[in-house]
Parts: sequence; C-alpha cells; structure tokens
Amino acid sequence: MPEEILLMDNITKVYANGFVANKDVTLSVNKGEIHALCGENGAGKSTLMKVLFGSETPEEGRIVIKGEEVKINNPLEAIALGVGMVWQHFMLCPSLTIAENLILGMEPKKFGKFGPLNMAQANKVAQEACEKYGFKLDVTRKVEELAVGNKQKVEILKALIRGAEILILDEPTAVLTPQETAELFVQLRHLKELGHTIIFISHHLDEVKELCDRLTVLRLGKSVGTAIVADVTQQDISRMMVGRDVMLKIDKTKAQPTETVLKIRDLTYKDEEGRDIVKGFSASVRKGEIVGIAGVEGNGQREISEIITGLLPLNNGEITIDGQSIRGKSIRQIREMGVAHISEDRMTYGCSENLSVKDNIISDRYYKKDYKQGPLMNNKKLDSEVDELIKEFLVKCGDRNEPVRMLSGGNMQKVVVAREFSGDTRLIVANQPTRGIDVGATEFIRRKLVELRDGGAAVLLITADLNEALELSDSLVVMCGGEIVAYFEDASQVTDFILGEYMLGLKRMSDEEIGRVCYD
Amino acid sequence: MLEQIFSTLFSWATLKAALRFTTPILLASLGAIFTARAGVLNLNLEGTMLAAALGGVLGCHYGGSLWTGILAAILVGVLIAAILAWDGIYMKSNMVLAGTALNTFVSGLTIFVLFMITGEKGTSTKLTSYKMPSIDIPLIKDIPVLGEILSGHSILTYFAFICVFIAAFLLFKTAIGLRIRAVGENSDAAESVGVNVKRIKAMSLIICGFFASLGGAYLSMDYVTWFQREMTSGRGFIALAAMNLGNSHPVGTMLAAMLFGAAEAIATILQSLKIPYQLVLMIPYFVTLIGLIVYAIRREAKIKKLRMSR
Repeated sequence: MPEEILLMDNITKVYANGFVANKDVTLSVNKGEIHALCGENGAGKSTLMKVLFGSETPEEGRIVIKGEEVKINNPLEAIALGVGMVWQHFMLCPSLTIAENLILGMEPKKFGKFGPLNMAQANKVAQEACEKYGFKLDVTRKVEELAVGNKQKVEILKALIRGAEILILDEPTAVLTPQETAELFVQLRHLKELGHTIIFISHHLDEVKELCDRLTVLRLGKSVGTAIVADVTQQDISRMMVGRDVMLKIDKTKAQPTETVLKIRDLTYKDEEGRDIVKGFSASVRKGEIVGIAGVEGNGQREISEIITGLLPLNNGEITIDGQSIRGKSIRQIREMGVAHISEDRMTYGCSENLSVKDNIISDRYYKKDYKQGPLMNNKKLDSEVDELIKEFLVKCGDRNEPVRMLSGGNMQKVVVAREFSGDTRLIVANQPTRGIDVGATEFIRRKLVELRDGGAAVLLITADLNEALELSDSLVVMCGGEIVAYFEDASQVTDFILGEYMLGLKRMSDEEIGRVCYD
Repeated sequence: MLEQIFSTLFSWATLKAALRFTTPILLASLGAIFTARAGVLNLNLEGTMLAAALGGVLGCHYGGSLWTGILAAILVGVLIAAILAWDGIYMKSNMVLAGTALNTFVSGLTIFVLFMITGEKGTSTKLTSYKMPSIDIPLIKDIPVLGEILSGHSILTYFAFICVFIAAFLLFKTAIGLRIRAVGENSDAAESVGVNVKRIKAMSLIICGFFASLGGAYLSMDYVTWFQREMTSGRGFIALAAMNLGNSHPVGTMLAAMLFGAAEAIATILQSLKIPYQLVLMIPYFVTLIGLIVYAIRREAKIKKLRMSR
C-alpha cells in the first residue's frame, strides 16, 4: 500500500478580482512517486502549486503533509515542511558561484556566528550534494556561465539542500533542449530512487507518459481525476484535459473573404539563447475572415504577433500587408498601414495603468493632423471622440479622466479595444483578447471582432482558449513547437478533442494539408 | 610658461598631493560600493560626509580629543545613513528624492548648527579641532623619491588604503557581503531563501555611512582643521562616479578614486598658474564618461561571447 505524503483536500482559491482559480481541487500524492499535474493554460495548476508553496492562501480546503494537517503561510514555512519549488524563471544570482547560490541564507562560517564565510566548507557541502543527487557540476563556477539546463540543476539542488522531500517542478522542460530534457529525466528518476516525491507540471503528454507514475488533471479550475499513467493512453489524457464547459455562442454568418491582406512566408525566429521559437511559419489572412491560431501558450504564437506588429524584428522570412513588406518599418509605420494589435500582455503593451482612459485611447492618434490645432492638441475633438468610444464600447468608468488602473480587467481591455478597433483598420492581430476578463466583456469583444470582420477587416486571432478558437475562427491553424501542425479550412467542422490532439503534439497533418493555409 | 607648468605638474609634490586628495574620495567611494552592490541608489554621500565633517569638529571641541572627534563624525554619518535607510527602505520613499532631500537638509542644518554654536555662518575657526597625526614610515621614508611621496601622510590616508582590503574582505569573504551581493543582483532569489532583503539594504547604507563619514572627518580634521559650509564641494558625487568607474569593485574603485584625486591635485596646482582650473576639473568627469562607455561595450561583448559559446 503506497503511503500518501501529500493531500490537498478540496482547495478553493478565489482571487481578489473574483476569478475562481481553483474550485474544490483535490490532489493526492504518494511518497516516492513522480506525479504529473496536467491541464491547459489557466486550468489552475500554477495556483494550486502556489497554495502548496505558501505564496497564496486558499479560501477553503486543507493541506495534509505526512498525515498532519498544516497551514502554510509563506514559502519559508513550505521549505521547513520539506516542500521545494523549482521555478520556471530561475531564482539565482548570476554573478555568484554555484556554491554561493546554494548556501545563500544558511552560510557556513569560521570562528563562530559572526566569523567570516567558510567557503571551503560551502564548496564541500555543495560538492557533496552534487554527488549525492548525481549532478555533475563544478560548484566553483559562476552561474552566469552555465547553460540553461545546468542553471535548472542548481535550482533543483537549492531546494534539495534545504531538505525538500516534495519537489515541485513547474514546466521544467519548457526551457530545455531535448538533450537537456533527457538528462533531467535521468536525474529525476534518480531522485525518485532516493525516496523523493516529485510533482511534475507539463503540457507534454509524451513526457508525462515517459516519466510519471500517476497523474492528476485539472480543467477550468476543477480536478477532473487522477489516473495511473500506465493505464491510460495519451489520447485519454488529452480528452481529460480539453473539453468545453460553458459554450459562449457567437452568432455569425459564413465568412466572405476577398483579397489577401496579411501574407506571412517562411517566418523563423530565434530567441536570445539561440533556440528556434518559430520554425518556418507561413499563412495568409484575407479581408473579411478570422483566421485563428490555436495552441498551448509558448509555442511561438506571441513572437509571431509581435513580429507582425513590429515589436520584434523581422529577421528571416517575409511579411507583407496589402502587398507591402513590413521589413525595416517602425511600429508606427506599421500601425499606419492599418494594423491594430491587442497584445496578450495588457499591462505592458495594451495600456498604461496610471494614465487616464482618455490618454490611453488617444495614444495612437494624438499626433495626427486631424487631432491638432496648430502645435497643440485639439482637446475638444479628442474629448468628444473619447466620450463616444466610451459609450460605444460600454467602458464602465467614472469619466474619461479616470486612471485605467481603477478599472476592472474587462473594462481595461475594453479601453484597449476601443483604441485598436476605432482607427482605419485593415488587419487586427488579436492575441489572447479575452484572457482573464469577465464573461460580459468577453462576449462583447468577440462580437466586435465579428463585426469588424463583416466590415471588411482581416483578423488574425491568437488564442489558447479552445472555446474562442472554435467559436470565433472561420479557418483555424494549430501551432505546436513553433510550427503549424494542422490547418482546418472550416473551423466549424472541428471538435475540441481533435484540436486537443494537435495542440498537445499527438498528431500532425501532412505538409500538403498544412500548405493549404497559403492561397497563392 | 609651458616649461613652468610641466616642472610644477610633474614634481613629486604633485603625486604626494594626489594621495592627499584621493583620501576622502576613496573612503566615500568604498562606502558607495556596498550600497551599489545591494541595489540601493545612495545619492546622500555628500550629505553624510558634510554632516560627519561638522560632527568631527564638534566632537573635538567638546570631547577634547582627536578620538572623540572621529567617534562623533562616525556617529553623525551613520545617523544620517540610518535616516535614509528608514525613509527609503522601510518607508519606501523614492531613493532619488530621499537622497537629494537629505543632502539639501544636511547642507542647511550644518550651517544652522554652526551659527547656533559660533554665531558664524562660514567657518568654525572659533572651535578647537585636532589634526590627525601624520606618520613617517620607517625604511620607506629613507628611500629617495618614493619616501617623499609615500611617507609622512595622515594616519587616515593610510587607513583609507587599508580600507580597500577591509571592504574587499567584507564584500567577498563574509556572509553579510554575500547577502549584499545576492540582494543587489536578484532580491527575489535572496528573499526566497529567507534573506531579509530590507535589513540587508539598510545595513549596506549603514556600512556606507561608516566609510563616508571617515571621508568627511578627513576634510575637517586633516585637510583643514575647521568646518566650512559646503566643504565637501561635490566630493560625494565624485566618489559615486569613482565607484561606478571602478565597476563597484574595491580595487577598481581605488584606482578610479586615485585618478580623481590626481586630477584635483593638478587642478589645484594649475590654479596658481593662471590656467582656468575649471577646464582641468572637467577632465575627470570626461574620463568617467569614456570609462563608462568602454565598460558598457566590454560588458556587451562579454554577454555576446557567452551566448555564442552555448
């Protein structure tokens, strides 16, 4: 009979803005197993782990570790209880050595409490830990010199050296090369043999299948169930993960696409570490249609939207808008070609939270001749236009001078949308346009997108939300690992299960089928 | 004319003067290393030094000895640093505003206190101040030239150079130093392993206050033996530049401080030779700009190389 080391019982976590991230979630983990936690973006995995690590306090539910009910108020208490977290964004100091990073906060000293550092002892402790857990690292090297895979090892060691018995790894393979992933798995199996328990968060079903003993699936903040990995197929897991609950119906007629507006050919993009993020992406978007790009986040979609809108440079490949290349054009020049952009990063690229509703809306037009009176802004005209937009887009705010930070997420996004949808728009790049906002605002924004399509705009919709992808898109592209893995000419014929299998990389269409996404 | 300039400039006396001018800058810039490494922007070196300079004179006058003077200078300087720590770190004020406000405050306060005590607003000549003893170093003082340059300096000048090692030891060989470096680089990482980030930042300011107040004491207890309003005349900011140019490393900072000290010595000498010394005084700042640019270019190249190697 396996021994239960951790039980999270009926956890409910409601955020301050009313968003229910976890609803009666139950997670039971046995000692010495590798337990996968699976779920789509926003299914509540991260929240659940934050609750376990003490960074979030749940509204309801209890946590039992080794048979004892515990209250975890902060990460330090979690560490004291033997829970260790390996963050996706490393918590390391680059200019310090591996050993220094490991012993930070618990430094060995010479000659008593106030003596100097005993670096020899620190190096020895670090080296012994490396040997014990099977990590091959030179502990005197600086962290900044290490490759990502080794940095991750330091992060794991940091948790282990502080006595972690339950180790949480939040999508650890997302930043690794295939070789590094293979190495990580060897090490995790070794840790399992040493009696450690591992909670492994991943979207990659092949990894779950290869590494894990049991898995728990979350969907829309609820636990769907727990299974023994050997008993289920990847298709079974996929079916547990994806699935639509609430159907937000958007009435729309069949698209009547005409000429091509956006043309992307052989787009590739490497990040600063030299990893391939986008690998030969080609697609077309025509006037009067919504082309959806569905996929798990982090598969190159964000980069594509940022290259089209000029936030990232166009290095390899070609992008044209109405036949005109965007290469070498500034963001403003691209916008003036009729491109509107809803960024997934609302607080960075979408709006400036300390500025007023008015200032946010006029930020793309204040400089234009129509809105000027000699060298000054024509505030009368701007004010009346802003007031009209506030009305048209149903922005709930005191008045146009209220700072955007005082608005709810949905209303903030409406301010963004009011600006982006009110220009002379040829192409709309909408990246996660309704993420994290309430149902009312979601429905409003989706309807607006359809309205603009019918008015003759070309829409590229990037979304990780299956409902949105299937409801809104006329044709649908699925991305996985930086490339297109499927193309559906008619999105209404696709089911979420089929979509899920492509999104999670279980299936791939032939190049010929995918090639149909380009019309010429 | 030119010949006269050169013979005056390139004399051993110039080098000796350079070491004297280096002393207060070096002490303050060593302090600045700690705040910079902890990720704290400390614009208050100037105020700390000025307050310590007055504190030193008052300590001498009322305490009746050199040591009470030094002690008072340190106490006052650390107190000013503590005020900044409380305001900027614990009350979360903007560090630029807090530091600047405190500078202006100290500038006025020192004149006010001086006036209260002596009835004068310029200098404290009525108060008794002591001069730090000078030391002749045995053996070295007998070496021609070298002895002339290196021997016979104030005890604090020698201590300033010893402080380079003390600062390096504190920074690289103690737990507090490790924590200061970790907090400055990635405070989230430090916090995640239980390091009290606010306390470490406050401590960096206190350590900085200690070093900077020694620099202030040197001004009023060696350089001259009285307090004069605004007597720091920008040395706190020069120290900040020296720390930046020295890449917040004790040895690099020492070299940068010596560069500025030399420039000040040269400027003072040229002053007597009817060359507009403002022109000469520009040189160190120009050198700083060039130095920072070179440093930035080298850092970029290093990052690029690191990426290529992966």
